[in-house]
Amino acid sequence: MYVALIIFAVVVVIGVLLYNSLIQRRNRVDNAWSQIDVQLKRRLDLIPNLVETVKGYAAHEKSTFDAVISARQAAIAAPSTPAAQSGASNAVTGALRQLFALSEAYPDLKANANFLALQEELTSTESRVAYARQFYNDEVLGLNNAIQKIPGLFVARLAKIGPRDYFDAEPAADNPPKVQF
Amino acid sequence: MHELISSNKRRTVMLMVVFVLLLVLVGMAVGVLVGNGTVGTVIALVIAGAMAFGSYWKADKIALAVSRAEPADPAVYPRLHNLVEGLCIAGGLPKPGVYVIHDPAPNAFATGRNPQHAAIAVTTGLLDTMNRVELEGVVAHELSHIRNYDILVSTMAVTMVGAVALLTDITIRLMWWNGGRVSREGDRDNGSNPLAFVGLALLVLAPLLARLMQAAVSRSRESLADASACQMTRYPPGLISALEKLRDDVTVTHSASMATAHLWIEQPLSGVGDAGRLARFHSLFNTHPPIEERIARLKEI
Repeated sequence: MYVALIIFAVVVVIGVLLYNSLIQRRNRVDNAWSQIDVQLKRRLDLIPNLVETVKGYAAHEKSTFDAVISARQAAIAAPSTPAAQSGASNAVTGALRQLFALSEAYPDLKANANFLALQEELTSTESRVAYARQFYNDEVLGLNNAIQKIPGLFVARLAKIGPRDYFDAEPAADNPPKVQF
Repeated sequence: MHELISSNKRRTVMLMVVFVLLLVLVGMAVGVLVGNGTVGTVIALVIAGAMAFGSYWKADKIALAVSRAEPADPAVYPRLHNLVEGLCIAGGLPKPGVYVIHDPAPNAFATGRNPQHAAIAVTTGLLDTMNRVELEGVVAHELSHIRNYDILVSTMAVTMVGAVALLTDITIRLMWWNGGRVSREGDRDNGSNPLAFVGLALLVLAPLLARLMQAAVSRSRESLADASACQMTRYPPGLISALEKLRDDVTVTHSASMATAHLWIEQPLSGVGDAGRLARFHSLFNTHPPIEERIARLKEI
């Protein structure tokens, strides 16, 4: 009689611990997802300053400026779904690459301290976006592993915690943007 | 990479188990030689533990003060801060304190009892010698130490060493005071107890064995940090290139000391020779695996 009770208590305790750890994992995945958003917005905020600095030296490169500004507007207006966001952010990356390539033709711009500081900021923000995606994918891997392996499988089924999708590279990443002078 | 990490963690656990076994053996030897082995072991463990964990609690402040590190101004070192922040996002860590040490030798260390109370320090030599991806590799290695709770692991190792040293030291003294007689209840004849010789040999060798094992733990955690760093950056060539630069550099880090030697990315102390008949023996005490071996292991990832 008592043995059955003890076994039951042990099973309940294990179940509770497993459930808690799955909830923790799921919340970490959600947090990682919003991190990506934060970094993408941060990149968009840096762009106006950069455009002004470059305009000071290369005012007549209108097409490049327009590309960057319109890509930024599109990214701000895009809905918060992964597909829309990744498409918009890729367009911004391409436009920015054109803008930075301008500095090769204008040595004064290349030496400008403000421009260099902004370049550093944008490079590190791109890194942060990449790292946020990587972290999100790592957390999704952890969650998917936990809910598909035994014994987490049972708790996940009971609690209806489902697997998550990875944040894949955009299809446009297969075609690198062209840099034109 | 994941296999490398999990095998390394298993190795550390095994080393810790062997450590505890050594302590138990020493306790038994003490029991054979002077009696009260269990009590002695427990007391030694408590004292060593108190000393080690006291310093572990304040690990970040102590290590930084000893190395004369100063906080890195974000305006002066923007790239360093940016790299640390990016890698913290990748590793899911809170941002540690970032410090700079004015020393021409390239080196770096990490300290802190948990990720919430951590700090990393780099030398100005490192900032001058490394490019962006190499610096990123080094910072990722240091952050991996924090993420893997290596400070806790090495504190446990130091506690074991301390406990063994205390126990053997006091026991040997007790035996001298005893006039060299082995006191054991129920021992009618004063003839030598054969176990006593084994016990004595163990007592003399134990501190040495303990230090060897501490060095082994430190080496395996260094390899783990290398593999974890590559998992963080997903770019092994960065760390490989940084290690190659460190291997070719011959400047001695002046800000290090025996006490903090195990925390740095590269062995800071010169004088542990690579050649000669005793070289293999010396290499057992290294806190870091040889750089060539680290580079070779990373290249296989």
